[in-house]
Amino acid sequence: MNHQVVSLDSVARSEKPAGGCSTKGNNSCGSSTAPADMPAEVWEKVKDHPCYSEEAHHYFARMHVAVAPACNIQCNYCNRKYDCSNESRPGVVSEKLTPEEAVRKITAVASKVPQLSVLGIAGPGDALANPHKTFKTFEMVSKALPHLKLCLSTNGLALPDHVETIKDYNVDHVTITISAVDPEVGQHIYPWIFYEHKRWTGIEGARILLERQLKGLEMLVEAGILVKVNSVLIPGVNDHHMAEINRVVKSKGAFLHNVMPLISDPAHGTHFGLTGQRGPTPMELKAVQDQLEGGAKLMRHCRQCRADAVGLLGEDLGADFTLDKIEEEPSYDPKLHEMYMDVVDRERSDRHAAEDAAKVTAAYAEAKPLLVAVATKGGGRINQHFGHAKEFQLFEVDGRTVTFKGVRKTDNYCQGGFGEEEALDPIVEALRDVAAVMVARIGDCPKEKLASEGILVVDDYAHEYIEASALAWWSKVNGASDTDGLMASA
Amino acid sequence: MAYKIVASQCTGCGACEFECPNKAISEKGGVFVINPDKCTECKGHFDTAQCTAVCPVDDTCIPA
Repeated sequence: MNHQVVSLDSVARSEKPAGGCSTKGNNSCGSSTAPADMPAEVWEKVKDHPCYSEEAHHYFARMHVAVAPACNIQCNYCNRKYDCSNESRPGVVSEKLTPEEAVRKITAVASKVPQLSVLGIAGPGDALANPHKTFKTFEMVSKALPHLKLCLSTNGLALPDHVETIKDYNVDHVTITISAVDPEVGQHIYPWIFYEHKRWTGIEGARILLERQLKGLEMLVEAGILVKVNSVLIPGVNDHHMAEINRVVKSKGAFLHNVMPLISDPAHGTHFGLTGQRGPTPMELKAVQDQLEGGAKLMRHCRQCRADAVGLLGEDLGADFTLDKIEEEPSYDPKLHEMYMDVVDRERSDRHAAEDAAKVTAAYAEAKPLLVAVATKGGGRINQHFGHAKEFQLFEVDGRTVTFKGVRKTDNYCQGGFGEEEALDPIVEALRDVAAVMVARIGDCPKEKLASEGILVVDDYAHEYIEASALAWWSKVNGASDTDGLMASA
Repeated sequence: MAYKIVASQCTGCGACEFECPNKAISEKGGVFVINPDKCTECKGHFDTAQCTAVCPVDDTCIPA
């Protein structure tokens, strides 16, 4: 493992001088400017957290350590045989770790991945069904690597018992998975829970779980801890209930709502997988998310990662950091992360300035918004070859704003150096509703095929910022000429 | 009387170890085992055997 795992090049293509007002150590603008809809103190908490800020996920990486294998409930979308290295989905890990092993692994990752900003515990069971291991890990990490934000995710059943401890350990982000706010619905998702030394089934179990989840949510909000609610979207079970979940969690003070598609496959051995319950299509997911706009703020950039994921959200470097591959006593130099933070500060202010400059005048704002798919390796730039993209980020652009709309996963077109004609079909299917796909490079063959399917390929903005490029492209197709040349100066 | 764990079905999650009131359960080679000398089937502690109630795999913590 002698290569640099995540290249700084993925963020800054060249070390160009800082643009605008951002300079080293100056936090008065650029990265520290909160978006209009967010108080400054909240932005301060989320700006380096890839899961809590879509903007941050272009720059920062997280890792999960699998110290929490036990669980206190059963979900129909989960089974407990979690030993698999090839699958990427929640609840799956390759090796369980003790808190001591976890800290060794985190230190090894931090020394190689300057983007690392968050350490989370997300199972593979439930973080709070293993409180001793979870909090022991947090205690050791906060001493060894104080720059990391601590984060945990839970089903909520044990949550009210641990809010004080969560606060004591400075865990400032907690995710609760709530897929129903009505026990009538919940009983079809949770076959049983284990609570107060007893197994509760059916509607009674679902009712207790819901009470505990909502109580825990209220207690966290009261304690000033940011709460994200994850909901698994299960067609025919809770799809018509999602607006109600969104309304309830918003009213209780959740910061973010993440509607995730059910992952269901008979091979996973889950109840839903074995009984033929299907997950939603990407378009169905987007339709539900679009309906929820205006309610609790939505997270649309979730990749549903493994409980031992490592890296930027769209990648997983976990296989490079198994215990047998890392040093016995890895050392961490804080300078690496500090240097990276300076790069991000500069990049952020450049990127925002470029976006502002590329906005067209209000006269064009009436034109129809267009959906574009972007191939990116991070850094907020169009910097990936079409054939290498395993996912595309979706943005809606209307001439004045660029709004992140989600992620479409695909198998990459180029496998082993060759593009396969058949490999294009699922990509076309996944991008059916987009007007254009923006890439760093693409071969002639896939370019023509996509064009014949009505998807325009745009490769004129290689390595440029996503938002500014999307705006410039929109202006071009809508006949606005007043942004010509702005890309060059951005 | 005691319970046992069917090793081939154990996922190694350790949920049973937390719940056992007799400290009769420990890890051995990645899976968990019950010490029959310590197991009381939770009699005098709880109405049901805790290992069975919390185990995520059916028919895995069973009477020996």
